[in-house]
Amino acid sequence: MTQSLRTVSVFGLVAVLILGTGVLQSWNSALLILNMGLVSAIMSLGVNLQWGFAGLFNVGVMGFVALGGLSVVLVSMPPVGEAWAAGGLRILAGLALGALSVACAVLAWTRAPRAWRGWAVAAILVAGFVLYRAVFAPGAAAVESVNAATSGYLGGLGLPVVLAWPVGGLLAAGAAWIIGKTALGLRSDYLAIATLGIAEIVIAILKNEDWLARGVKNVIGLPRPVPNEIDLQRDPGFVESAAGWGLDPTTASTLYVKAGYALLFAAVLIAVLVLAQLALRSPWGRMMRAIRDNETAARAMGKDVTRRHLQVFVLGSAICGIAGAMMTTLDGQLTPSTYQPLRYTFLIWVMVIVGGSGNNYGAVAGGFIIWFLWVQVEPMGQALMGLITAPMSDGWLKAHLLDSVQHMRLLTMGLILLLVLRFSPRGLIPER
Amino acid sequence: MDFLNAFVALSNFVLIPAIAYGSQLALGALGVTLVYGILRFSNFAHGDTMAFGTMVAILATWGLQAAGVTLGPLPTALLAIPVGILGCAALVLATDRLVYRFYRAQKAVPVILVIVSMGVMFIYNGITRFIIGPDDQAFADGARFLINARQFREMTGLAEPLAIRSTQAITLVTALIVVAALFWFLNRTKTGKSMRAYSDNEDLALLSGIDPERVVRVTWIIVAGLATIAGVLYGLDKTYKPFTYFQLLLPIFAAAIVGGLGSPLGAIAGGFVIAFSEVGLTYAWKKVLTYLLPGPLEPDGLVQLLATDYKFAVSFMILVIVLLFRPTGLFRGKSV
Repeated sequence: MTQSLRTVSVFGLVAVLILGTGVLQSWNSALLILNMGLVSAIMSLGVNLQWGFAGLFNVGVMGFVALGGLSVVLVSMPPVGEAWAAGGLRILAGLALGALSVACAVLAWTRAPRAWRGWAVAAILVAGFVLYRAVFAPGAAAVESVNAATSGYLGGLGLPVVLAWPVGGLLAAGAAWIIGKTALGLRSDYLAIATLGIAEIVIAILKNEDWLARGVKNVIGLPRPVPNEIDLQRDPGFVESAAGWGLDPTTASTLYVKAGYALLFAAVLIAVLVLAQLALRSPWGRMMRAIRDNETAARAMGKDVTRRHLQVFVLGSAICGIAGAMMTTLDGQLTPSTYQPLRYTFLIWVMVIVGGSGNNYGAVAGGFIIWFLWVQVEPMGQALMGLITAPMSDGWLKAHLLDSVQHMRLLTMGLILLLVLRFSPRGLIPER
Repeated sequence: MDFLNAFVALSNFVLIPAIAYGSQLALGALGVTLVYGILRFSNFAHGDTMAFGTMVAILATWGLQAAGVTLGPLPTALLAIPVGILGCAALVLATDRLVYRFYRAQKAVPVILVIVSMGVMFIYNGITRFIIGPDDQAFADGARFLINARQFREMTGLAEPLAIRSTQAITLVTALIVVAALFWFLNRTKTGKSMRAYSDNEDLALLSGIDPERVVRVTWIIVAGLATIAGVLYGLDKTYKPFTYFQLLLPIFAAAIVGGLGSPLGAIAGGFVIAFSEVGLTYAWKKVLTYLLPGPLEPDGLVQLLATDYKFAVSFMILVIVLLFRPTGLFRGKSV
């Protein structure tokens, strides 16, 4: 089978899966799968950039996705004036002091004489930390005590929610730069461990810094880029055209809203895909692959491997951040406790590897297919387990087995990854 | 008196918990470092290996408890550890045969093995949750305290109480025995020496007739033992929850890297560095400082540098500092 035929047939399969869901189950669930599939495809493009192009192992996708989610709150929620008055400036000043002391420490490390620069850096950091705490903590406490039940945080900037997508990319890129600066250029596993760490820390910050995004109290009711279902149902014009399609207003409005999201997301996916494709074919992309395949040779050719790695790592993480912002927009709420490494790091990796690492189309197709399986395997597993346990007498074992089905996803995804890596390491649509 | 009180408070809240936690981390980091030294990849499945071994031990503990077997003042789980090790060793050996051996024969690059170990991690995680569920499990029994707060006050007449939980004492004693046995094995026995030789220089070891598959098998068995013991001790001391064990991965890796990946001595040192920084930075120092400082200097706040929720940030920070300034770790492991 030629490469293009293969690509077409894999995407045909994706279409069949989604349309099949529409015909057999409901168009609502088909659109749900499509929307999250689009978001997943963007995430897996980001990971493919890092792994497929450059061979970088990022285990912190969850952290970058969560940063994207945070940006939605920071950009689109209306500011809470009372909270800003209570301690907004203190918080900003505290953060600025913290950043300043880190900058001073870096400066001292590079400029001060070797003999005492260690002590100087330590002194600056300790003093900076004490100052930061003294300024920051009262501000945060004051903000959190403003209407704790309904707000208790600073709110955002009140800008259109679509703006949050690029901002999410920027936030993720910033975090990626810090990680990349420290861990790149060392052993490949060090980057993995560092990204694992940053992801846990981002989630810890989201859960605990209530002044930022309400922590585990969640921010709900995020602004939406598409109309609200209720408004549509009240609009006589919409009800009439829905009747023309033979649909009742409720179904029509949910479908309309989901289709709106699908169009927006598809636009972003196509833009990212085109850019990634252009990058892959450009001299830059060839250089990245050359570095991936033989670092020593690339270095001998005068390529700055660490810098290029940093570049591609930041880019890939930014794409994950954009996708994370889109996902939070789709959910309409930021719930830090839902960020699980399995769902947001590991699943994306399975998508890239099953789809075909190093091939953008493969990553996109993998995103759709694995997301489809992720959604559909659970009911299938439940049905299967029901069938297996049907002849068993009621007892703790049967109850335990039925109860444990939800954990089968972990096993299934791990198994898929290992099987693909072993028997078809190039994936569904291999790299050319 | 104030100084003594300060020291007792410090021991009660920082030194003793950190020593216990450090021993658990050290045992975990030893496992990671051994896999790294012999098999040459960072094993992301280590946390879940610990969770699995502990789970087998817990099931055995429940069995023993149901049969009426106890150790008196000691937790029954200590009797169940060998069963846990057997179960865990069977699992990792099967994994090696089915998964890792293929990549070893291929001489795959380390990063592929890391990805594979991530897949293995999720399979282990799934098995553990499938069998025992994702919730907290209680399996500690026996005496709770070696010295409890009231006894200590009556004994010494100090205002500050000191409580040593029996699990903390057991952790330390067990860790000492295990580490001593491991070092004796690595330095004195023929198999241990062949392992070190294989770790130092694979080709040379092969030339001198060392059977690599045997070395790998022995390594996995030792790793399973270390992981199970570390996991059971952690579960006795704190709590058993599969997800907590996955989260332990970060401090364990930080410990192994701080000490120098591949260096057993470094893993132990790293474990204590991480544990002491974590406990020290998240402890509210108010009590100790109130005893030590003269009246006017006494602190108003809690003097807690970081909220306990950020304890993972501590291991991460230490990791970053080590990566920036000394990527080979304190004991010059193999790296870069």
